[in-house]
Amino acid sequence: MSLKGKAYIAGAFEHPTRRADNKSVAQLHAEVARGALADAGLTLKDVDGYFCAGDAPGLGPMSMVDYMGMKPRHVDSTETGGSSYVVHVAHAAAAIAAGRCNVALITLAGRPKAEGMATGTAPRNYGAAPDVPFELPYAPTTVNMYAMAAMRHMHEYGTTSEQLAWIRVAASHHAQHNPNAVVRDVVTVQDVVRSPMIADPLHRLDCCVISDGGGALVVVRPEIARQLKRPLVKVLGTGEYVRAQTGGKVDLLTTGASWTGSAAFAEAGVKPADIQYASIYDSFTITVLLTLEDLGFCKKGEGGRFVSDGNLISGTGKLPFNTDGGGLCNNHPGNRGGMTKVIEAVRQLRGEAHPKVQVPNCSLALAHGTGGSLGTRHGSGTLIMERE
Amino acid sequence: MTMTAKEPKYVAPTVYPETQKYWDAASDGKLLVKRCLDCGEHHHYPRESCPFCFSERTEWRDASGQGAIYSYSVMRRATVPYVIAYVTLAEGTTMMSNIVDCDPDKLRIGQPVTVTFRPSDGGPALPMFTPV
Repeated sequence: MSLKGKAYIAGAFEHPTRRADNKSVAQLHAEVARGALADAGLTLKDVDGYFCAGDAPGLGPMSMVDYMGMKPRHVDSTETGGSSYVVHVAHAAAAIAAGRCNVALITLAGRPKAEGMATGTAPRNYGAAPDVPFELPYAPTTVNMYAMAAMRHMHEYGTTSEQLAWIRVAASHHAQHNPNAVVRDVVTVQDVVRSPMIADPLHRLDCCVISDGGGALVVVRPEIARQLKRPLVKVLGTGEYVRAQTGGKVDLLTTGASWTGSAAFAEAGVKPADIQYASIYDSFTITVLLTLEDLGFCKKGEGGRFVSDGNLISGTGKLPFNTDGGGLCNNHPGNRGGMTKVIEAVRQLRGEAHPKVQVPNCSLALAHGTGGSLGTRHGSGTLIMERE
Repeated sequence: MTMTAKEPKYVAPTVYPETQKYWDAASDGKLLVKRCLDCGEHHHYPRESCPFCFSERTEWRDASGQGAIYSYSVMRRATVPYVIAYVTLAEGTTMMSNIVDCDPDKLRIGQPVTVTFRPSDGGPALPMFTPV
């Protein structure tokens, strides 16, 4: 069943905080839920579908349902890391289309900054997962795993650190207009390549920020969307995929976006050249480059040239991306950037992005999430949305 | 810069019955790979069922220990910098490991490497690789 036009994003809210020393994760979930419902013009009583991922405290959705006092008749706690919330929009649309719910609430919150988490540089132990004994002893971290993808891309295609740096430069041009962004300084290619090397070939400024906060979305049935006072943002195409090491046939240059992009574009009935704005998960600069190639914005191997010379800067380039400053500069709440990707795309489609970065008459936008690690296994989600 | 003098303490892998033979062999200085008796493919990390055809008929094989670097990264932001890598074995399967006894600044993708072993912190030995 196609999900095209089966649901609308009626509410979107990004928590303004970037450091939540005095708030619990549950409290942040409730705050973003309140924000997104208010944005939609709905209340918690209207919610009959609830979606959350591994950042929600407690077992699946249960503790948050209890804490907020919800009475959902449909729940979904699909966990694909930072891409979860992009996937949740598709699952919400499917649930709405199947008559399982009418108003779906999706929440994300986290406080890695307040907790002092070394998000990128400390190995993470995923416990009893069967891959852990064959990886953890070698100290894989978030950054050195993405770094291996970057190293391989440089080897095969001659991609340079300067080309990767352009992605950060573009994000910084956008972040200067976002008062909530963690980093608002406009940087140059030289600033990026001269920043300290963290894991070759990724420099500090190739890496996203660590921040607290969260975000929420409200996805509704078309009839309900038309009764609300917000601009109509229609779900047009979706795709989800889990990409892994495939039993040792490792290929770090083909991401899940190869599958999710094809699926989403086919469902939407549009092509990459039609997209006016793209939110691309940017845990690292290399994440953006590989994703753009795999979504079909350029050919495999040509990502370095595609992102160069300001091509991703709104008002200058052909593909304005991450106009909130993205994870690289603005926000990466709970180490999970998929939510803010959808939120900024919704802002663009509503004409509510900052005037300095707003894409004129933006009617077709894409959001892509990458969760987990490109170096080992990751979950991908692509969402194409249209302003009606 | 060489890393022979100082190496990090390596976390001990959890050994499950499914992979006991792999770790016992590593502690004896041998690298094993899994091969499927139905489709003939080698795989890594080792598991009971083949990730290519889902057959349960898999066997342990001695690996040659020879391989080439598929990709690598020098982790600079660590108490003791180290090299993480994917190494493609002569048998065709690719495994995560560390490159040791090397000058990290002279490594390159495609470089031939050979297996070596390092003790883990209270567990079995770990297969690692060093330039040939």
